[in-house]
Amino acid sequence: MSRRPPGSPSRTAHGPLTRSGFLSSHPLALMAIRRVAAGVVTLLILSVLVFAAASVLPGDAASAILGKQATGQALADLRHRMGLDQSIPVQYWHWLTGLLHGDLGDSAAGFASGGQVSVWSQVSGKLGDSAVLALCAFVPIAVVSVLLGVYSALRAGRWQDHLISVTTLVPSALPEFVLGTVLLAVFFGWLDVLPPVSVVAPGSSPLATPSVLVLPVLTLVGVTAGPAARMVRAGMLEALGADTVAVARLNGIAEGRVVRRYALRNAIAPSIQVFALVAQYLVGGLLIVEYLFGYPGIGKELVDAVSIHDNAEVQSVTMLLAAFYIATTIVADLAVMVAVPKLRTGAA
Amino acid sequence: MSGPAAHGAPILTVRDLRIQTAAGAEIVGGVDLALEHGQTLGIVGESGSGKTTMALALLGYAARGARIAGGEVEVDGESLLGLSEGALREVRGRLISYVPQDAGQALNPSLRIGASIGDVIRARGVEGTSRIRGLLAAVDLPNTDAFARRLPHQLSGGQQQRVTIAMALGCEPPVVVMDEPTTGLDVVTQQSVLREVRRLRQERGVSIVYVSHDLAVVSQIADRMAVMYAGRVVEEGPTADLLNNPRHPYTKGLIQSIPNHRQPTALVPMEGTALGVEDRPTGCPFAPRCPQRTDACVEALPELIDLGPGPGSGTGPDLAPGGRHLVRCLHHAATPPVEAGPALGSHEAAAARAAALSVTGLRATHRGRAETVVAAEDITFDVAAGECVALVGESGSGKSTIARCLVGLHRPEAGTITLAGTELADRIRKRTVEQRRGIQYVFQNPFQSLNPRRRIGEDLARPGRVLRGLSAADARAEVPALLERVRLPARLADRFPHQLSGGERQRVAIARALAARPDVLVCDEVTSALDVSVQAAIIEVLASLRADLGVAVLLITHDIGVVAVAADRVLVLEHGLVCESGPTGQILRAPQHPYTRRLIAAAPTLARHPGGEP
Amino acid sequence: MSSPTTRVTTRAMTRVIPRTVSGRVGLALLLLVVLIALTGTWFAPHDPNRTLAAPYTPPSGRLPLGADFLGRDVLSRVLSGGRSVLLYSGLATLLAYAGGLTIGLVAGYSRSWLDSVLMRVVDVLLSFPALVFLLLLATAAGRGIGSVVIASAVVQLPPIARIVKTAALEQSVRGYVEAAVARGESTFSVLRREILPNISRTLAADIGLRFTWSVLLIASVNFLGLGLQPPAADWGLMVSENRGGAALNPSAMLIPAALLGVLTLAINLLGDDMSGGDR
Repeated sequence: MSRRPPGSPSRTAHGPLTRSGFLSSHPLALMAIRRVAAGVVTLLILSVLVFAAASVLPGDAASAILGKQATGQALADLRHRMGLDQSIPVQYWHWLTGLLHGDLGDSAAGFASGGQVSVWSQVSGKLGDSAVLALCAFVPIAVVSVLLGVYSALRAGRWQDHLISVTTLVPSALPEFVLGTVLLAVFFGWLDVLPPVSVVAPGSSPLATPSVLVLPVLTLVGVTAGPAARMVRAGMLEALGADTVAVARLNGIAEGRVVRRYALRNAIAPSIQVFALVAQYLVGGLLIVEYLFGYPGIGKELVDAVSIHDNAEVQSVTMLLAAFYIATTIVADLAVMVAVPKLRTGAA
Repeated sequence: MSGPAAHGAPILTVRDLRIQTAAGAEIVGGVDLALEHGQTLGIVGESGSGKTTMALALLGYAARGARIAGGEVEVDGESLLGLSEGALREVRGRLISYVPQDAGQALNPSLRIGASIGDVIRARGVEGTSRIRGLLAAVDLPNTDAFARRLPHQLSGGQQQRVTIAMALGCEPPVVVMDEPTTGLDVVTQQSVLREVRRLRQERGVSIVYVSHDLAVVSQIADRMAVMYAGRVVEEGPTADLLNNPRHPYTKGLIQSIPNHRQPTALVPMEGTALGVEDRPTGCPFAPRCPQRTDACVEALPELIDLGPGPGSGTGPDLAPGGRHLVRCLHHAATPPVEAGPALGSHEAAAARAAALSVTGLRATHRGRAETVVAAEDITFDVAAGECVALVGESGSGKSTIARCLVGLHRPEAGTITLAGTELADRIRKRTVEQRRGIQYVFQNPFQSLNPRRRIGEDLARPGRVLRGLSAADARAEVPALLERVRLPARLADRFPHQLSGGERQRVAIARALAARPDVLVCDEVTSALDVSVQAAIIEVLASLRADLGVAVLLITHDIGVVAVAADRVLVLEHGLVCESGPTGQILRAPQHPYTRRLIAAAPTLARHPGGEP
Repeated sequence: MSSPTTRVTTRAMTRVIPRTVSGRVGLALLLLVVLIALTGTWFAPHDPNRTLAAPYTPPSGRLPLGADFLGRDVLSRVLSGGRSVLLYSGLATLLAYAGGLTIGLVAGYSRSWLDSVLMRVVDVLLSFPALVFLLLLATAAGRGIGSVVIASAVVQLPPIARIVKTAALEQSVRGYVEAAVARGESTFSVLRREILPNISRTLAADIGLRFTWSVLLIASVNFLGLGLQPPAADWGLMVSENRGGAALNPSAMLIPAALLGVLTLAINLLGDDMSGGDR
């Protein structure tokens, strides 16, 4: 047993940050600062990787736009307008400082049509539409996974548990596009009640025509709710198996109270991590689902940008998604700190 | 609560309690027990004896994988077994409550301790912060609101354990079951918790069932004692009577296995090891290990025999059923009295011999993320051939780090380590084969010290090949002799580690070290994960290695008792510094440093005479 | 008591056959799909790339599963389209494991500066959505299945390295490993004799999971049209190509979709059985 005997003076000194008065009494604030700083560093490293990956493309964007028969002069002109005639580090610096000012650069597709269109104007509306779709999927996933996960943990090993695990395993083992295709075949091909392509008129919200959301949301929920419920179940089972639950029962505390205060409360932290994973998963899931149903969101935009070699847009959208990803992790870690008293209060 | 009128009638009665695994194997078989008002019944058993499973069953609770198969548990006239979950919930806390082993795990990490205690009393319909504060005061904790608002992790181990006791007392039940409540606490804290339990019994008249593997601890607190072996009570009686005049060979063996640092004598280990739940024989479960075994023992399980009031139990009126001495042995009359082992010879002459290992000015640190922690500072000692030197200290005192420096697993900051006259390099890669061979390390946890995917024979042959340049065949040929050296049968060579008990594994680990033919053996807490009867056997093996092979032993331990019976000289470590050192006998008799004094005073010993509190 | 050695061998042998019903169903389904994928081409009634009928012709006697968007035989394309799925996902898994195992073992066992550097890189890569990262890498390496395979190996490398590292680190503090180190055995010998045999079961369960991931990732990229290019017959690509025929000949997209689904479901069921076996 490696327990430090009480009374033995702790030799664990703290880092310089913890010594200062405010932060040592606010471990949450300290943690938030540390995590955000680490997140910014990660994003900077990522920005180098992303820029490098998009820049080593064989053949540059200008020639991709103008085609093979472009004259030397026209190519040089366009390269100059796009900033491609500058050295790679200079291009990176322009791009990075632009990002920090909220300027995502200019879309290559814009240059192709002869004008100059900022990436931001290309993607801002689509970000909103994607956010609507993601939220419409996230809420039911969260609700369903908690309900199913907790219920099957409480019925672990009985028929209800087996039923839930079998019925959620089948859709969740399928790739998104396979499940989406099946749903498409059923609701459009067979029943003909829902549109196969989610057309949203430019400038209008997808919420104005909710039917376009049904199939994408169903697909995301079907694929994700199962694994999420399994993770919630595992966390709940662990909490239920802890000594503290057995002792609460031995102390004659009512079963409902045992479940709520001694098991559920200690299963909150793992569930928060599950929600974070779901949110992060949705980034990838949106790519597929938006492309499958032609939903005009950021995922489809990225796939299109990749297929037409629009570097500027690929770089910037990728960074946006990565920032969201990292932010989710930080928010989840902080939420866990808030939910777990031991982490919130620090050591005595 | 216990009224004087009820005196004599037991408050807790257990009849023919049987507990099985899901597969039907018997974990606990046919246990009968009785506990009188205001008394403490100690239940002692080694690992696998079924004591914790039985303790839980006293509250109608089936441990994981277990099923209460039959019998009767009665508290204050109310029968517990066969009640519905709801009815049991009502009984728990009101009639009988439970103090768990590991308080750190048992307290809800999300609830403030006031709320935890409040939950228990609220279950009985009692409310109010004054009651919570009263309970905190009852177990000698600060009865302030600020303290009640603390979270479990903000308490020390001893305070956590007191909170669980307060919870158990919440509704003033007449009976409290305590399951190893001091295991995992350091000796000083253990002593204060025990004092608390004794005081509660006196002041509140609560009756206690105290379950522990530690005979010495139980002897200090119990009026009566029941010894469990392989799921059965093999002997039961008044504490002093049972300890002074044990009638069951197992009880006797247990007593002789416990080191006594006040009057150290050589231990007399028992043969063999306890059997698993699946392999228990039909006859007396102890028969395979028993020196008094006859054919009759193997045929059928002996009944508990009533020996009447024991001679050591006095003559008071409290003797009605409680004074009886019961034993489950056909040949109880033939059991010889407890013999003190041979007096320990003085090995101080050994110190005159040349040092096999000497350490000078050793300093070791652990480099953390933000800062460096000093684990050991200015450590100087030497060990002669055939001598045993002990490094004793509590966890965190730096003793393991010193050991790891010696074998090259940790790089010291400063100091020299000299083996047989030559100074060793700080890193293992820079040491010669001969130097690596000369000093061998036996690890603390026997369950992790052998490679689970290799047969014992392969593991034992390896050091000979690597360190002594033996051929594969020669190294294999040595394996039977190595096993015999640590008193294991040669057939174990074909087994895998998971097929061995903890004690057997630790002996294999020692044999693996011996395969290198070392001059110095470093033993790091090699007995701390083992039962006392197994510990005694390991200590005996170490003694024989010193005598027969002249191996120098560096023994690292937290246990004063082990030091007393095994070491010639001792260094007491506190926070990485040697606070006292000298011959073992002298340090134990007349400790100078306050820390040494505290450590020695708190170490429990068998209270073999009536009223024998330390 | 039976001899302990026989007990061990029988246990090792029975591990080939899954213990649970769902595990056995998984194994049967997996064998079925693998059989179809590997030997299907030999049974294809037509050339998978020849136009035989009008687009999306419904199933008939000559074309049991009908025709696809270019009028090619769906059955023949289904029978030919599994090989690429297994080949490329298997290759990606192998590459990912070769890299992840090396990095994880070095990081977990050496505990030097190399460990911190490697793990920092792994952390950065893990803070990135896998599919987006894969798209980026595939873009950088140029379009085509080769870069998709390499990219999906690289994408999976960090989590594998993480798992291997955790397992190796847990082993490295065990007595038998430390005893080997104190004997002065070489790093390679310690890894091979003491650490690898004891983490192999954890890794075996993980490899199944990674293979599923490779199937999903590569099929998804093919579906997005950024991997294998037409006219190749590939289950993922077929789903994408034939979406327009959901009303006319749904089997053109449903059958390959179903086969992909059965494959991933089967590996999932098997993986559950294996990871449950350690407890």
